[in-house]
Amino acid sequence: MGNCGHTDPLIRLEGVTFRRGDKIIFNNVSLSIPRGKITAIMGPSGTGKTTLLQLIGGALRPESGHVYYDGLCVDELSERQLYVLREKMGMLFQHSALFTNLSVYDNVAFPIREHTQLPEFFIRYLVLMKLEAVGLRGAKDLFPSELSGGMARRVALARAMALDPELIMYDEPFTGQDPISMGVLVQLVKKFNDALNMTSIIVSHDVPETVSIADYIYIFSNGVIVGEGTPEALANNQNPHVLQFLKGLADGAVPFHYPASHYEQDLFQGKEEGVMH
Amino acid sequence: MERRVVEVSVGLLMIAGFLALLILAFKVSNFSMYGKNDSYVVTAKFDNIGDLKPRAPVSIAGVKVGQVESIHLDKKLYKAIVTLRIKTQDNNIPTDSSANIVTAGLLGSNYIAITPGFDPTFLKNNSMITETNSAILLEDMIGQLIFNSKKEKDPEKT
Amino acid sequence: MIIGSVQGLGRVGLRFFNQLGESGLFLLKTVFQKPRLIKATPLLIQEIFFVGVFSLPIMLVASLFIGMVVGLQGFNILSQFSATGELGQLVALSVVRELGPVVGALLFAGRAGSALTAEIGLMKTTEQLASMEMMGVDPLWRVVAPRFWAGVISLPLLTIIFCVVAVFGGDLIGVEWLGIDGGAFWSNMQASVDFHNDVLNGVIKSAVFGALITWIAVYQGYATEPTASGISRATTRTVVYSSLTVLGMDFVLTAIMMGGW
Repeated sequence: MGNCGHTDPLIRLEGVTFRRGDKIIFNNVSLSIPRGKITAIMGPSGTGKTTLLQLIGGALRPESGHVYYDGLCVDELSERQLYVLREKMGMLFQHSALFTNLSVYDNVAFPIREHTQLPEFFIRYLVLMKLEAVGLRGAKDLFPSELSGGMARRVALARAMALDPELIMYDEPFTGQDPISMGVLVQLVKKFNDALNMTSIIVSHDVPETVSIADYIYIFSNGVIVGEGTPEALANNQNPHVLQFLKGLADGAVPFHYPASHYEQDLFQGKEEGVMH
Repeated sequence: MERRVVEVSVGLLMIAGFLALLILAFKVSNFSMYGKNDSYVVTAKFDNIGDLKPRAPVSIAGVKVGQVESIHLDKKLYKAIVTLRIKTQDNNIPTDSSANIVTAGLLGSNYIAITPGFDPTFLKNNSMITETNSAILLEDMIGQLIFNSKKEKDPEKT
Repeated sequence: MIIGSVQGLGRVGLRFFNQLGESGLFLLKTVFQKPRLIKATPLLIQEIFFVGVFSLPIMLVASLFIGMVVGLQGFNILSQFSATGELGQLVALSVVRELGPVVGALLFAGRAGSALTAEIGLMKTTEQLASMEMMGVDPLWRVVAPRFWAGVISLPLLTIIFCVVAVFGGDLIGVEWLGIDGGAFWSNMQASVDFHNDVLNGVIKSAVFGALITWIAVYQGYATEPTASGISRATTRTVVYSSLTVLGMDFVLTAIMMGGW
């Protein structure tokens, strides 16, 4: 179940605009996700990176423009067709989103039991194999409440892999992890992508880890793509947004100060009001 | 939760609910099954049925033998036609028996008491009881009482 | 100022009808689904366990006390008319017609309704529902429907048990403690409680209440804001809305059943 021989991108966004209330999240965005590679979507917090994953998965519909998955127009599919499409996708949520009332084993077995008619003994093989790949086969009888954050994320990864999907999406996989779990995850993401010839999308704002494994990076700011390219190309990019983000500068294209009135005026006007009380 | 515990307790809950329903049916309420096969109907006409309602008991000598099925108005004679459904096993009611509307206790509701007659023939399905006594209304009783007490006080005036 | 308050009222009204419509669609989608009996039955049984069996203790205790209190109060009033023989009828009719279905429903809303809302709300907040959707499994049939049907099935069962225990509570007080003749207690009761009009109507009421409470509980959980305070607000809303709806619906149903509305 891989992407064999196609050279066209797996996913294409064309002129996608998405709004939440009055705020524009995406403004006429076009991008493509190549097959078999790790693509990173990066940018400051709040730029709607998770929203992008939801658009690809069909959980949200763009206001204008289209989202294409393997030639299919995702935003025009019916609910039934969407559910069928999602069998080919795996998604790793930021807080792992394991089912708290099921054991680790049952969590990983869940998609297999729902979408196939395989007998239990065969499902056991699959589950144990996936858990072994993430190094948690011994934890199969534990419950999510007994796992650490890093372990939970690995179980969620095994679950996302359960049906050997074509596409796997990672929503902030490295956020809040200790260096060891971080290292483990980075390795697993790369290993799975290459071994199974999958397409991976990583949404993250952790620069060093993501840059170390991504094949192509898109950097968003204020609803538009401000920079894209391979990690090497981006290192030489002079766009102020790109520079500030990649180097982690406090002030730059994204200002430090939230828009406010003049500092002195604000301070001393307040003093007069204070006297009155 | 262990599978076994869950399934057994849900089963027990359903059994308990069903048992409780049976208790409610037979011990608490007047559930009785008067099907068409084990009962027959008899009609009776009354001048005044008072407080009688459908499903009121019909009894002989205080023993319940059936219930009131329906009550209609005879538009020509302006009388109440009461249909009684009686258990088939109580098929020994003489045709000249009388049906009386009586009150259960002081403040109770009305029911029908059948006083048996002496005829050798018995009531059958769709026959009619001709001897009837209407309900005794409280106002009539009070009026009677006042009339009688006046009669006692002034025997010449009446 | 007046315009402002009228405007505010209008806004509240619009929001209310919006929610009503959304929850109505939600209910329709949950109820009219392709039934997946083989897969869904174990889920249903599990939910009946959590919703029904776990509510049984509170129902048993409450019904016992209610039966005893009605017996006691009823005795006090009836003894003024020397009509204590009617106590059985008083207890049975009050319980079977009103107290059983209504009080049972209110207790159920507080215990099971709030638990359902909290559970589903938590699943939404921790993205379990979203991840289920992304795996191509519709949470409406896997999470919502079993809980809904469990509520509809459990409440009538619990109500029937409630009625029986309450009547026995009345018997305990009236006959054992206050010395009323047991024969009069039970036979007067049997003569006046009609199975079709009283018992069955009570059961129908409880089924309607079960559907309403569970619908509200499940919807509030599903539509909650995905934050901790959102869940607590949703839980409160479930209890308040269910209770008010039960009381209002009780009036409507009683009017239809008894009054020939």
